[in-house]
Amino acid sequence: MEIPQIPKDKFKLLNNAGNKEQEKIGTPALTYMQDVRRRLFKNKVAVVCLTLLTIIVFISVFAPIIAPYNPNAQHATLSNLPPKLGNLNIPGFNGYQNMGGKMVDAYAQVHAPKGTYYLLGTDYLGRDLLSRIIYGTRLSLIVAVLATLVDLLIGIPYGIVSGWKGGMTDNVMQRIVEIVSSVPNLIVVILMMIILKPGLISIVLAIAITDWVTMARLIRAQTFQLKEQEYVLAARTLGESSTKIATKHLIPNLSSTIIIQTMFTIPNAIFFEAFLSFIGIGIPAPNASLGTLLSDGQKAFRFLPYQMWAPAIILSIIMIATNLLGDGLRDAFDPQSSD
Amino acid sequence: MDKILEVKDLHVNFATYNGTVQAIRGVNFDLAAGETLAIVGESGSGKSITVRSILQLLAKNADINKGTILYHGEDLLKKSKKEMDAIRGNKISMIFQDPMTSLDPTMTIGKQVAEPLLIHNKVSKKEALGRAEEVLRLVGIPNPKERMNDYPHQFSGGQRQRIVIAIAIVDYPEILIADEPTTALDVTVQAQIIDLLKELQQKIGTAIIFITHDLGVVAGIADRVAVMYAGKFVEYGSVDEVFYNPQHPYTWGLLDSMPTLDTSEDDHLNSIPGTPPNLLNPPKGDAFAPRNEYAMQIDLEKQPPFFKVSKTHYAATWLLHPDAPKVTPPKGIQKRFEKFKKLGDK
Amino acid sequence: MAEDKEAIVQVKHLKQYFNIGKPNEVKAVDDVSFDIYKGETFGLVGESGSGKSTTGRSIIRLYDPTSGQILFNGKDISKIKSHGPQMKKFRREMQMIFQDPYASLNPRMKVKDIIAEGLDVHGLVKNDDERDKRVRELLDMVHLNPEHMTRYPYEFSGGQRQRIGIARALAVDPQFIIADEPISALDVSIQAQVVNLMQDIQKEQGLTYMFIAHDLSMVKYISDRIAVMYQGKIVELADADEIYSHPLHPYTKSLLSAIPVPDPEIEKTRQRIDFDHKSSFHKGQKLQEVMPGHFLYCDDTKAATFK
Repeated sequence: MEIPQIPKDKFKLLNNAGNKEQEKIGTPALTYMQDVRRRLFKNKVAVVCLTLLTIIVFISVFAPIIAPYNPNAQHATLSNLPPKLGNLNIPGFNGYQNMGGKMVDAYAQVHAPKGTYYLLGTDYLGRDLLSRIIYGTRLSLIVAVLATLVDLLIGIPYGIVSGWKGGMTDNVMQRIVEIVSSVPNLIVVILMMIILKPGLISIVLAIAITDWVTMARLIRAQTFQLKEQEYVLAARTLGESSTKIATKHLIPNLSSTIIIQTMFTIPNAIFFEAFLSFIGIGIPAPNASLGTLLSDGQKAFRFLPYQMWAPAIILSIIMIATNLLGDGLRDAFDPQSSD
Repeated sequence: MDKILEVKDLHVNFATYNGTVQAIRGVNFDLAAGETLAIVGESGSGKSITVRSILQLLAKNADINKGTILYHGEDLLKKSKKEMDAIRGNKISMIFQDPMTSLDPTMTIGKQVAEPLLIHNKVSKKEALGRAEEVLRLVGIPNPKERMNDYPHQFSGGQRQRIVIAIAIVDYPEILIADEPTTALDVTVQAQIIDLLKELQQKIGTAIIFITHDLGVVAGIADRVAVMYAGKFVEYGSVDEVFYNPQHPYTWGLLDSMPTLDTSEDDHLNSIPGTPPNLLNPPKGDAFAPRNEYAMQIDLEKQPPFFKVSKTHYAATWLLHPDAPKVTPPKGIQKRFEKFKKLGDK
Repeated sequence: MAEDKEAIVQVKHLKQYFNIGKPNEVKAVDDVSFDIYKGETFGLVGESGSGKSTTGRSIIRLYDPTSGQILFNGKDISKIKSHGPQMKKFRREMQMIFQDPYASLNPRMKVKDIIAEGLDVHGLVKNDDERDKRVRELLDMVHLNPEHMTRYPYEFSGGQRQRIGIARALAVDPQFIIADEPISALDVSIQAQVVNLMQDIQKEQGLTYMFIAHDLSMVKYISDRIAVMYQGKIVELADADEIYSHPLHPYTKSLLSAIPVPDPEIEKTRQRIDFDHKSSFHKGQKLQEVMPGHFLYCDDTKAATFK
């Protein structure tokens, strides 16, 4: 073996004792949430879904400004007009429709005033479909937000108390959860309508009564694990109160579970409302929701398919996007999925 | 000596979000038939990754980007998945740290022990189960015949690790890789398992690569010892050479930071200050330099090559360079040198 | 026991059972008595399932003891209410250092908030400036860079995290600290750092430690007296040197014979002593002082042989 030639002065001993560099942290400071965000943004599908949802939420929030017409204003003469996009001659969006094998300008036939365009056409009462979809989406999202709030306000505290107390308390609380979850929520809605009128309130209440149990169960299971974590034990030996432990230690560490579960609650609530409205026990006329639009559109589907396509596509986008975003968030929150 | 395994210039990188972690940065070693090589290092030193590379049991984001692993002269890194499957669990087998997760809770232990035989050897089921019983007896499971039909949860932690070992040796492998097999066990059980491994080695003549962070365990089982730090070997030699004539300051630190039963409370323990380097940006020079009491300017600039101490003993520290100053190692190490002299006189 | 020493903790017939009355009842701690003197380090060793950690957690009242007394500075703390002024005072006087440096720090909190948790609970600082100042002092005390106080735990190595845990315990100025396997999850080179630090702080602040561990060589090094626990009972208790040089109980002997020593010559000649786990306890045995300061779990006839 050859001994490398090195200048002699390089062999002076450095005095390393008390070297502060030894305790230096090499990696850049990055909070947990920054890390999550970075992982989420690496997931292209999740980013696309997030963008779509943001747009949909934005339009719904500003519906009164964005919607071109009053969604409930009827124009008996202008009923069942097909989509028309200005004077552009795009097939499907030029105001022509198939009548007895011939393409005719439907707008001209009903003598619509010049400059009348319905981007997605009108329904059987001459209401602008685009405006109705915007308002309908808004209503569906309100249902989703309320359902989520209930999930958070009942499900989380319930789960934490049940998991934290354990023993007899937990036993009783879990039996209650089992009873609640054994009642189908359709029955709850129907019962609800005996007391209340059909509408937003009874739907939200029905969801409120039945939907939080999944969240409560998940949170309980997680709390059981967290309460044995040494940092929670440390907080107890320091004399921290149970409420403080819940807010400082449990909830922040439950946040990923909460966010992910919420992502699955939202489409469930939207779909449930749509389903109720579709079968006719949901949002009453004349208000639009995605469910009532689908129901109306389905009746004329064979002749005027556009009336069903548009709300169906929007509903599908919301459902798929929230589910995929939920998946993306789950991966982003899970440090194991680091590749 | 007959070399059955030679690892040459092994480099393994891991792709992470923060960049590429150079987990293994040039590792060379060989293994002779029937011997025990212990690789000692702290967590993150790369000792587990080194042996997992041999069986290609690395995570998806790992990349063996340089080096060869010769098993009887054939490069394992060039083998197909199928060829590797034939080697794993048959010629080279592995035992892991946690006996709880190494066993399938839904399968009887008899079947689990017999499984490698059925996969590799095409023996009849009866033959395989007979062999399983024999091996279970060998690893010290009482009444193996009756207990073959029991499930893992019916055994204690120590017994489970015995079963794991039984699975690993049922095909009499040429090489047994033991990755911290006793770390999760109590001291008394640990002692039993080590005795068992030594006994088995004599009976079936398998070579063992033993990965651990516990120098006490190493002293009891190894023929040769390699000390690993920050993805490289820093010192290797026979067990007596590494324990009684250590040359690398990191080995000194490791040996001296453990109290022996005759260290009194008035002596302060010799601790190694600081923490291991981040292998995202490995240091240019000796990775141990920032924590090294005996660091020199050259340590910060250039990685030390291996200097020969004896025919079997090498250490990568500039302190062995002829121009380096003579340093006084810690007291505990000096005592070890004295022992080494006595051994040499014998 | 020696009369001149003042006991800070006296454990009397402590029992800690779980799932009482159910088929899976566990007698984790089964009638254990011992004293810990002011200023000493009391080692408690045993293997997994011996009840050593449960003993520690019962003393610090993470569990409600099934029966028995725990006197802390002469006052029985085994039955005080879990949320009351007495408990609040007790929470300042006794603290704990935990085993797992990764699980013992809340990953969502900044280091300074972790360390200041006790300060906040007990209102020990008036404002944020004072709080930051105190956190800096504590970080300095455990040899960590105070500049890192706004970082999150995962950026620190195992040894550094363990020192953050020590700083958190020290923040409330305790008199007595239970260290529950504080080094068993750390690398060898880091263990000595933490042990040295704990000893320095003990000298500076006159602390008393109870050091729970399964690593017998480190326990021997750090402890003044050692109790060996097996199946919920203390089988032997004596001075650290005494217990290593003259172990009396077969279980202690078996434990000592199993300690791996980083010395090949010793390892080659080591004779493992097996302990028969089945015939461990029988009636009429209790922990009694068979020699001055040396306690053994045995029956009276056996005890008489030492007289």
